[in-house]
Amino acid sequence: MKLYRIMALIERDMRKFFRSPALMMSSMIFPLVQLVVLGYAFGGKIHGAVIAVVDQDQTVESRRIREMFNGISAGPETFRAVNYDSVPRALDDLRAGFLRGVVEIPHDFSRRYYQHDRPRIAFTEDNTDQFVSSSLLERIQQMADVLNAPSVEPRLAGQVVVNVVEIYPYIEYIKYLLAGSIAMAIFIVAMIGGGITFIDDKARGLHEGYLVTPIQKSEMVLGLIGSGALKGLMAGLVLTIVGGLLAGIPRLWDPVRLFYLSVVVLIASVAMLSFMFLVMVRVDDPLVPRAIFGVLNTLLFFPSGAVYPVEAFPTWLRWLSNVDPFTYTVHALRNLTLKNTGIEGIYRDVLILAGFSVVMISCSIALFKRQI
Amino acid sequence: MNAIEVDHLTKSFGELVAVNDITFNVADREIFGLLGPNGAGKTTLIRMLTTLTPPTKGTARVAGHDVKAEADAVRHAIGVIPQAFTSDPELTADENMLIHAKLYGVPREKRAPLIEELLKSVDLIKFRGALVRTFSGGMRRRLEIARGLVHSPKILFLDEPTTGLDPVSRANVWEMIRSLRGKSELTILLTTHYMEEADKLCDRIAIVDHGKLAALDTPTRLKDSIPGTDAVEAEFDNAPPDWDQQLEKLAGAAGVSHRDGVVRIASHDGPITVGALMDLARTRGVTVRKVTVQSTTLDDVFLHYTGSELRDAAHGGAGYDISHLYR
Repeated sequence: MKLYRIMALIERDMRKFFRSPALMMSSMIFPLVQLVVLGYAFGGKIHGAVIAVVDQDQTVESRRIREMFNGISAGPETFRAVNYDSVPRALDDLRAGFLRGVVEIPHDFSRRYYQHDRPRIAFTEDNTDQFVSSSLLERIQQMADVLNAPSVEPRLAGQVVVNVVEIYPYIEYIKYLLAGSIAMAIFIVAMIGGGITFIDDKARGLHEGYLVTPIQKSEMVLGLIGSGALKGLMAGLVLTIVGGLLAGIPRLWDPVRLFYLSVVVLIASVAMLSFMFLVMVRVDDPLVPRAIFGVLNTLLFFPSGAVYPVEAFPTWLRWLSNVDPFTYTVHALRNLTLKNTGIEGIYRDVLILAGFSVVMISCSIALFKRQI
Repeated sequence: MNAIEVDHLTKSFGELVAVNDITFNVADREIFGLLGPNGAGKTTLIRMLTTLTPPTKGTARVAGHDVKAEADAVRHAIGVIPQAFTSDPELTADENMLIHAKLYGVPREKRAPLIEELLKSVDLIKFRGALVRTFSGGMRRRLEIARGLVHSPKILFLDEPTTGLDPVSRANVWEMIRSLRGKSELTILLTTHYMEEADKLCDRIAIVDHGKLAALDTPTRLKDSIPGTDAVEAEFDNAPPDWDQQLEKLAGAAGVSHRDGVVRIASHDGPITVGALMDLARTRGVTVRKVTVQSTTLDDVFLHYTGSELRDAAHGGAGYDISHLYR
């Protein structure tokens, strides 16, 4: 294997790349738009959800409950409480989508309260939207905890208390999403600059001009993957800087962190390029990469934990995320951008991505057709 | 030693036999042509010789190296200009040359002067900085010939070098190929379906049809090998049923055939046969609508050896209509 031939192919691709920055621009626009729109669309706290309060008790104690609801409506505004006279009417409106929940204070609430006989409040929720229903439930549970708190604290507290310490300041969703957007930019460059361009050149017959030279299979594969990885590195770094500024990542210009980010982006580029190359190595039809772009994007991006934690996935999806190079890319990038970890936070991901790349490149070389 | 030695070379794609047991040699410094219609197997044959596709049976040695066992050595010794344009349209002429020079390991200090010299030789030096996608077909072909020479190969393969080019560009490429042989010790093998191209350029021609070698010799000897040196073509009205038999008895006639409604008489002396033809037509009351005389072409050679015409209408005959002299 001769390095100069690999470098010649890389030089060829990079000359074409710099001559046409449209590829780089287009590969970054989608991830940036996604970062901003999804980051702000998903990140907010629930507020203004309309719930009905049906007070069938009409006593001092039930009024206290109603006042707590009004207090939340006026303060945190998680929900807006509307008084209803009738439970059936409230439930009808709930089913019709006008309400997110119905709080029913039954007629025997105060009697049970005074008798310490498990007073109950019913909360009927519209659970078609898990985000809203879980936020409402959490808020109502907090209200119940306040209601159940003793009026006088005991001198010796026998209950277990959990003190929560958040080691990082509040992370907006847009910051959480940044790692996935960087990975997406690398993927798009891999797909367009790697897969699609490779097949298009094959279809135009340009490959034949190189196959008649002394270039080896391994040199051709490494040259094409190398040039694609460089393009991915550039796109990934630009997304890191621009996306980091948009998301408000603190101390973005820390040189050590930038170095580690460059390492992760580079190894991720190699991993994705080599994966894409393996998928396309025997493909001749230029329509195939275009047709599967969306499918691959979905299969790689969403199981990676880029938009939602992997811990929430069912078992079969977790298996997919375990073999997805995006997963390790997102994990490493998130560690660097949100936690500013050092090598200890990324070495495992880098090693896995490197091993993945070696396997993909080896298979690509084995499958690459040196002859027509 | 021969530059190229082909021994019973065969290539099959499943049931289809694209190249069927072909044997020939190409001497050093020869311009050798493979002439045949589209689908004859020329490109498949050249792909085997340039290591792009492996033979199914048989052997071939190029520059002394076996195409299967020593493919790498073959690639170092040859330059290839495939039929389709393979120069990168998004690079300049200079860049295309430079990348290829690097792929072949041309030393750094030799690259710049070599590229300049080659671009001058193909008359593209003024366009060295232009993107190849702005080039015409002829310019692109010239660039690819220059690119194929950047590593000073011993043998140059050209697969249909002038297909798709206008007549002026075609003539320029022919001139370039002739000058290549004049200036260097290059052996050239080209494939073509243009008989004029093969006739004008090649020292020897192998006629290929349906994957088989039908004939191989110099253009002159190929033409001499078929009956008659001229061909008289005529169209008639009111020809009697035994007209062909009458025509075969004409002075100088060597054979009669039909092609697209035109009667074709092979002749050892075209003008004498024409004179005899006009006398016979007058005698028998047959109207001669048109008559032409032309020298034997490779098309006639192809027809003789394969039974069919060279299936490309890019070039007409070199004859002229003289029927008006006999009205």
